[in-house]
Amino acid sequence: MKKGLSSKISPILFPLIAVFFGILIGAIIMLLSGHNPFTGYSALIRGIFGDTYYIGETLRTMTPLILAGLAVAFAFRTGLFNIGVEGQLIVGWLASVYVGIAFDLPAIIHLPLAIGAGAIAGALWGLIPGLLKARFHVHEVIVTIMMNYIALHVVNYIIRNFLLVPGERTSTINPSASLASPFLQTLTDFSRLHYGFIIAVAACFVLWFVLWKTTKGFELRSVGFNQHASEYAGMNVKTNIVLSMVISGGFAGVGGAMEGLGTYQYMTVMSGFTGVGFDGIAVALLGANTAIGVLLAAGLFGGLKIGALNMQSQAGVPTELVDIVIALIIFFVASNYLVRWIISRLKKEDI
Amino acid sequence: MDFLQILALIIPAAIFSAAPLIFTAIGGLFSERSGVVNIGLEGLMVIGAFVGIVATLTLEGMGLGAASPWIAFLFAIVAGVLFSLFHAFASITLKADQIVSGVALNFLALGLAVFLVKNIYQKGQTDFVQNLIYRINVPILSDIPIIGRLFFSNAYVTSYIAILMAFIVWYIVFYTPFGLRLRSVGEHPMAADTMGINVIKMRYIGVMLSGAFAAMGGAVFALTISGNFAGGTIAGQGFMALAALIFGKWHPLGALGAALFFGLAQSISIVGQQIPLLQDIPQVFLLIAPYVLTILALAGLVGRADSPKAIGKPYEKGSR
Repeated sequence: MKKGLSSKISPILFPLIAVFFGILIGAIIMLLSGHNPFTGYSALIRGIFGDTYYIGETLRTMTPLILAGLAVAFAFRTGLFNIGVEGQLIVGWLASVYVGIAFDLPAIIHLPLAIGAGAIAGALWGLIPGLLKARFHVHEVIVTIMMNYIALHVVNYIIRNFLLVPGERTSTINPSASLASPFLQTLTDFSRLHYGFIIAVAACFVLWFVLWKTTKGFELRSVGFNQHASEYAGMNVKTNIVLSMVISGGFAGVGGAMEGLGTYQYMTVMSGFTGVGFDGIAVALLGANTAIGVLLAAGLFGGLKIGALNMQSQAGVPTELVDIVIALIIFFVASNYLVRWIISRLKKEDI
Repeated sequence: MDFLQILALIIPAAIFSAAPLIFTAIGGLFSERSGVVNIGLEGLMVIGAFVGIVATLTLEGMGLGAASPWIAFLFAIVAGVLFSLFHAFASITLKADQIVSGVALNFLALGLAVFLVKNIYQKGQTDFVQNLIYRINVPILSDIPIIGRLFFSNAYVTSYIAILMAFIVWYIVFYTPFGLRLRSVGEHPMAADTMGINVIKMRYIGVMLSGAFAAMGGAVFALTISGNFAGGTIAGQGFMALAALIFGKWHPLGALGAALFFGLAQSISIVGQQIPLLQDIPQVFLLIAPYVLTILALAGLVGRADSPKAIGKPYEKGSR
């Protein structure tokens, strides 16, 4: 009875413990570097909740983080590690912006088309590592890392040569493909919050539904759990690997479309990675690869990132403190063996 | 422009670009041969570059002049070893997922380094160091016709150290008892344990050596190529080194070859504009060449790469 209870609680308990320790050590680092942790963290919290503008910006920051997190989580569930979310997001961003600029259609067709273009671009970028993994057993981690760089250079090349307007960027997308919402903006004191947030939340539901309520989802999870048993049970492991990477890339591509159609309405030549794809790894890990977990973790990281700006301007603590805290949270989530060991020790003493 | 002139342009640049990758890749080799995946090489390079630059600036301030970067290398190596303990402790002792732990290490290294830079210098990047590693002509060897000009003129000592180190590591890993133990805990930890080899200890040593070498790689990059440190100084070189290691089939000389190859590809994308044949090719193809070639190589051009068998698996005593 007791065991059943603790196994229900632990998926929530471990991340909470990890977050607690991450924040605690963040405070110690602030103290050691001559900042007041209370001033720092209260500036951080005010930077998240102090104003409807900040809340709007947090929700906006969450949007691509949710989709990147879902992409990583989906691949994880099927036994794959997709480090290529960053690249898939970049190509998705470009594809959606391209469709947004090139066509002039009624919004009801144009917007889904642009988002779909992002999804397809991301999916194609995921297809390559998926095929290589299934066909040649090439480790997807290395291929996806390489695909990130290829995405970055190719996208920059395309923008420079075909889509450039003065100022190292593409032109702005047509309003019919825009996710921007004057309603949400006025509601949040003119933050850049856009309708993409609703899409991201819907995507969480899609992930949950596909993985847990469909036969294909069962198959994908089964392959992730034990390839050999799945093969023996008559499942086509190779097809499932490819499909998993394609769907994962699709989520990431939509994440890029959110940036392109929602936040920025254009794409700039990029000097480096956006970082959103890599943060997606953290989001998925903290969210225990579940839809609701990803949503909550994206909320935490999105809030931390927006709050960090206020922390730097109000309390003088560099924004990178938040990156350190995020790293420590991942570290503690990954090391939950320690927490399990302590809990099992405590239980033994109970008996 | 004749062929030799082109070579004289490309080869020194290739060796120069490859040096940080060589150090880092053979560092990763120690870790992965012991059975611990090290995706945190990137973060370890960041720490090396950061400490290398900060120590050089500090030592210059103390008036040590040209010796500063060399002493700074030592600081970087020590910092790399200490930092790699994060990964070692999490993935070996706490049995954390090694890839996840490596990812955490990358985040932590970059966050911490930039955080400290902002704290120390009140801005996003450090000043430029005055004493970079200087270029030399190797005495005697640089006088050899053709070869001397290509390989031994106007080059960095660190590049030669890197190449030499690959051979030393090759000897250590394949021809010493230590190397045998290291490989055995990466191939079959339980058998190694039965033979009285301390699996945990060997893996710790493997990861710590990867920290030392990767930090050296980062410091070499900072003190020969970039000259200062900022958040974007190390941007993917650690992952490139990891690719070189896999490309080189977890063999020191293979990693050396792969790193030199990546160096060549990178140098072509830099000096390509000056070479007649390559001028007309859009630069993007040269930029993505190393990545595309790595993928092609992994897909079968170099044959199946066999990773150490126990890689990625935490060792549980008594489990099979």
